[in-house]
Amino acid sequence: MSPAISRVVAFAWIGLMAGTALGRADTLKIAYVDPLSGGGASVGQVGLEHFQYIADQVNAKGGVLGMKVEILGYDDKTNPQEALVQVQKAIDAGARIIAQGNGSSVGAAIEDFVAKYDDRNPGKEVVYINYAAVDPSLTNAKCSYWHFRWDANSDIKMEALTNYVKTRPSIKKIYLINQDYSFGQSVRTEARKMLAQKRPDIQIVGDELHPLLKVTDFSPYIAKIKASGADTVITGNWGQDIALLLKAAADAGLQADWYTYYAGGAGGPTAIRQANLADRVFAVGEGFANIDYAPARAMETEFRTKLNGQTLWYPRVFNMMDMIFRAIEEAKSADPLKFAPKLEGMKITTFDGGEGFMRAADHQFFQDMFVVALGPLGAGQPFDEEHTGWGWKEVGKVPADQTVLPTTCKMQRPS
Amino acid sequence: MLELIIVSTLNGVLYGMLLFLMASGLTLIFSMMGVLNFAHASFYMLGAFFGYQLSRALGFWPALLIAPVLVGAIGAAVERYGLRTVHRHGHVAELLFTFGLAFVIEEVVQMLWGRLPVDYRVPPTLDFTAFTIFSTNYPAYKLFELLTAIAIFAVLLLVLTRTRAGLIIQAALTHPDMVAMLGHNVPRVFMLAFGVGTGLAAVAGVIAGPALVTQSNMAGLLGPILFVVVVVGGLGSLAGAFAASLLIGLVQTFAVAMNVSLADLLALFGARLAPDAFFAEITQVTVAQIAPIMPYLLLVLILIFRPRGLFGTRET
Repeated sequence: MSPAISRVVAFAWIGLMAGTALGRADTLKIAYVDPLSGGGASVGQVGLEHFQYIADQVNAKGGVLGMKVEILGYDDKTNPQEALVQVQKAIDAGARIIAQGNGSSVGAAIEDFVAKYDDRNPGKEVVYINYAAVDPSLTNAKCSYWHFRWDANSDIKMEALTNYVKTRPSIKKIYLINQDYSFGQSVRTEARKMLAQKRPDIQIVGDELHPLLKVTDFSPYIAKIKASGADTVITGNWGQDIALLLKAAADAGLQADWYTYYAGGAGGPTAIRQANLADRVFAVGEGFANIDYAPARAMETEFRTKLNGQTLWYPRVFNMMDMIFRAIEEAKSADPLKFAPKLEGMKITTFDGGEGFMRAADHQFFQDMFVVALGPLGAGQPFDEEHTGWGWKEVGKVPADQTVLPTTCKMQRPS
Repeated sequence: MLELIIVSTLNGVLYGMLLFLMASGLTLIFSMMGVLNFAHASFYMLGAFFGYQLSRALGFWPALLIAPVLVGAIGAAVERYGLRTVHRHGHVAELLFTFGLAFVIEEVVQMLWGRLPVDYRVPPTLDFTAFTIFSTNYPAYKLFELLTAIAIFAVLLLVLTRTRAGLIIQAALTHPDMVAMLGHNVPRVFMLAFGVGTGLAAVAGVIAGPALVTQSNMAGLLGPILFVVVVVGGLGSLAGAFAASLLIGLVQTFAVAMNVSLADLLALFGARLAPDAFFAEITQVTVAQIAPIMPYLLLVLILIFRPRGLFGTRET
């Protein structure tokens, strides 16, 4: 080795040692791997802001076990291969907690990667905490000890939506439109299955799959929905796929009810307001801004003030971080091998005031679910969306215990 | 059925015209001047964001005039101080330069306006239903898009073929030395043409912004398809780009409406695959599912069977 090179190596080595030593002493690194560019960025970026906000809050109170919480953002471009590169980078940077949410295809890749990594690197285990990838298979056929999910899985959401559909006799013809990948396909299959059980009289007049985050003009799809004579549309679309779909529907004047997972995302409320579909667009989730629970409203106000009016979209991220910090404090260690067992079966009061618990059998979190509709604000509803003057209000609630679906997971626990 | 055909035709034409609106500037730059401008969609995006910002301050109509001028000036500056130097080193250098530029513009837009969509609305004067056919509304705004596209097509065609300026631009591409000998400032011609081309992209941006979502990834979504339009239409042909836009708009729209799959086709001949047979999955895919890749399929076919494009005057 020439002197110059050996000097560089030596410096790099010292830097590396110093970095890891520092990392161990006073920071808890949480890697956030999600789309920060491309069609998923509008939601991925806001997700990161949630994590950052929570970290700031906790750090102001002295951190976790005296450690400062540091959020490292990585852009996976909603692409599974890219995500794995980013996860490896995050691990190299000293993160042992990987958070991800947007895109179940990405989630499945990370779950698999983390399980293999932990097998091969005993003593250096990392854990994957999932706040939004809702493909049911992640906690069923593909379930892993190193994966925990805080969002209700797609089947649970569909259960809540179809329970509400059951009470609406005016629905006669339903059109399904979803993104063409694992999650979208599971939405359509589950919708068909549950509707057949709960409302066999409903006719499914269309079942569309379109490419994920690639369509810029949905008007041809809207023409098809219109031609089918559907009175109701069910969709699991997220990111720009829901915003553009609603916008095209607004432009064409499609008068249909919408049962969605994510109509609340960026651009959704604006399009709904434009189409003037008051109280005809529904979304399902674990919380909403106008919930009648003082602590949640206080947090919503503070969040919006701090983030330029951005809605607090993800109460589940608060639940998730709360439980992670609690598990670390109970285990007195930030080592996933030590704190992961504390998460199993943990019960908390959720962000929106209900009871929630992490099922040990498949690492799925259960919580109250709400079906909400967007419309003009009523009395005692202070929060609107995207400055439209319209806000979300509750039309149906499914208590946590009624959302518990069986799992096929056969969990392999570390011995 | 008739309803779907008529509505799809209308949608196809409207989408095609929107494509032309966006591709017209690129036609000028890429197919007339021969500059590979990967950043074209970025200028379109700049147009949308400038349009948004200006329309908040001054209203939509002034924005429609001012934003393209501003973006055109930026475009001209890029040509004068960047591309002109790079141009000498050929297409690869141009491609790399504009490729980088696209990233820079995207980052700048993200820094200024963030990554979230901005609330850019259709102006109130055009926010009404123009006509209703089979109970489907057609917003006046879409009609406005259509008319603008046709107007731009007509004006460009006239300028390029019937005026001195147009002749000089065309000649500057094929015989730059000769044109220079005749006393014309060829680099300035290029700079102006580039400025006008990017200005046209901005016009498309200002108009398409409220129709599609104005956000920092809008350039990435539309960039590739603009090249498809120009290549399918044929290099050096404005009419070709116009026809290609219509064709792509119609093909994509009708493909979405079709629920036919390979399995249905096989069934016509009495063949039936077991659902678990090898390849059975693929035969279930409907035309509607692959609609968005149809333009690229068209691109590949055109490059194989007719490399000059529909009305092209030279090889791609």
